[in-house]
Amino acid sequence: MLEVSELTVRYGLATALDRVSLTVGAGEMVALIGPNGAGKSTLVNTLSGILSPAGGTVTVRGRLAHVPEGRQLFPDLTVDDNLRLGGWRVRNRDTGPIYDVLPALAPLRRRRAGQLSGGQQQMVAVGRALMARPDVLAVDELSLGLAPLVVADLVRHLRTLNAERGLAVLLIEQNARLALDLCGRGYVLEAGRVVAAGTAADLAADPRVAAAYLGAAA
Amino acid sequence: MTELLQYLVTGLGGGCAFALVGSGLVVVYRVTRVVNFAQGSFAVIAAMTASTLLASGLPHGLAEALAVAVGAVTGAAVGLVAIGKPGTPPDASLIVTLGLGVFAYAVEILVWGDQPRSFRGVPGAVDLFGARFQAHYLLIIGATLAVFAGLGLLFARTDIGRALSACASNPYAARVVGIDVTRMGLLSFGVAGALGGLAGILVTPIQLVTFDYDVTLVVGGFAAAILGGLMRPALTLVGGLLLGVAQALVAGYGNGAYQLEVALVLLLTVMIWRAARQPIAQQEAA
Repeated sequence: MLEVSELTVRYGLATALDRVSLTVGAGEMVALIGPNGAGKSTLVNTLSGILSPAGGTVTVRGRLAHVPEGRQLFPDLTVDDNLRLGGWRVRNRDTGPIYDVLPALAPLRRRRAGQLSGGQQQMVAVGRALMARPDVLAVDELSLGLAPLVVADLVRHLRTLNAERGLAVLLIEQNARLALDLCGRGYVLEAGRVVAAGTAADLAADPRVAAAYLGAAA
Repeated sequence: MTELLQYLVTGLGGGCAFALVGSGLVVVYRVTRVVNFAQGSFAVIAAMTASTLLASGLPHGLAEALAVAVGAVTGAAVGLVAIGKPGTPPDASLIVTLGLGVFAYAVEILVWGDQPRSFRGVPGAVDLFGARFQAHYLLIIGATLAVFAGLGLLFARTDIGRALSACASNPYAARVVGIDVTRMGLLSFGVAGALGGLAGILVTPIQLVTFDYDVTLVVGGFAAAILGGLMRPALTLVGGLLLGVAQALVAGYGNGAYQLEVALVLLLTVMIWRAARQPIAQQEAA
């Protein structure tokens, strides 16, 4: 569904991504882990067309939607209006199906997004991305700043969407344990380069990955 | 009593022009966070264009409509220079609009000269409880109310209005969902140009318009728009009408030379009042 090949992105003279390649197959859940400043958000901003690559290619079969880091809602607009704008590209503004998938949002539809809790805002951000009817969902830091119970609820929704609708997911996470638990495969990004790749089990078993990201003794 | 009524109606008419210019400021600010100081020029250019078109024999209605269209195109052109380069900070764009407003003087004098212009509006006069005023005032007030109702619907009920608001609310998120923020900004400048143009063609039959009349309009429009924090069209309408009536009363019972001063006093009062209402924590964070 998503194929990134030799992608290079620069900010002026600084190279943020250096010949990064990765794939996400149809219906697959793939993790992208790495520390702060590794280039994870640069990658997802390039996938969604906000940044332009200096080299390499991004091929998306179908549609890609992006749940940005820090939720990035429109705080002055209502939940329903936030969702409607998620359908801007596809010109379909019917928010009904989103409330079916994320019923917790239905009672909040007239509330201003800026007044919601962090977990509720993250759910709106996911719902807004789903409005674009994506085939691939790139989720940037789903768990950041959220309580574990809230994260578990969001993860349950992602699993359901993946299992029942075949939605492919690229999960960009600092929380490597969460990402490797949820996804079948993963990549490790450090300083703009993919330094490790493989199945979630292989990555978790890699002593270097385990030491750096899973809190295990090296 | 008759006098008072007369001042009220003429004040409301003048206030409508401020409200329309103010609404242009609001539309641009809501979308781009830029205070567009060229807003008054759109009115002057449209007024001058209409006077030329009418003098050349074009019928009423068509001439004014074309002049409003010229205002819209001018607005979009100003927008292109002020915000066309992505990443231009709003403060820099503000200075650009200020410069373009002054540049407009040169163009206006070159094309139309420095003499005041006017043209006939709706003919006839109306009697209301003994007060007599030009029928044109009814057109000004009616058109302004219709425009503000339309703006309210645009922002509250349409997806294009939501997308326009979204651009300033969170430009990054707007791009994430696929909204072209620069194009929306240009659209807002175009709409502001049309609103300014409408103010110009409506006010010219009751007020001689010179090339530098934009200062009066933009100060009045800013005073009106600041009442709603440059964000709310409805409060801008209230602000514009209040200012227009205050000016008419001061001119009627006092001295007509203090029009701009009335606007400035209202502007300062509202700004001090707004600053006093702002929580201290927010001021410190700013």
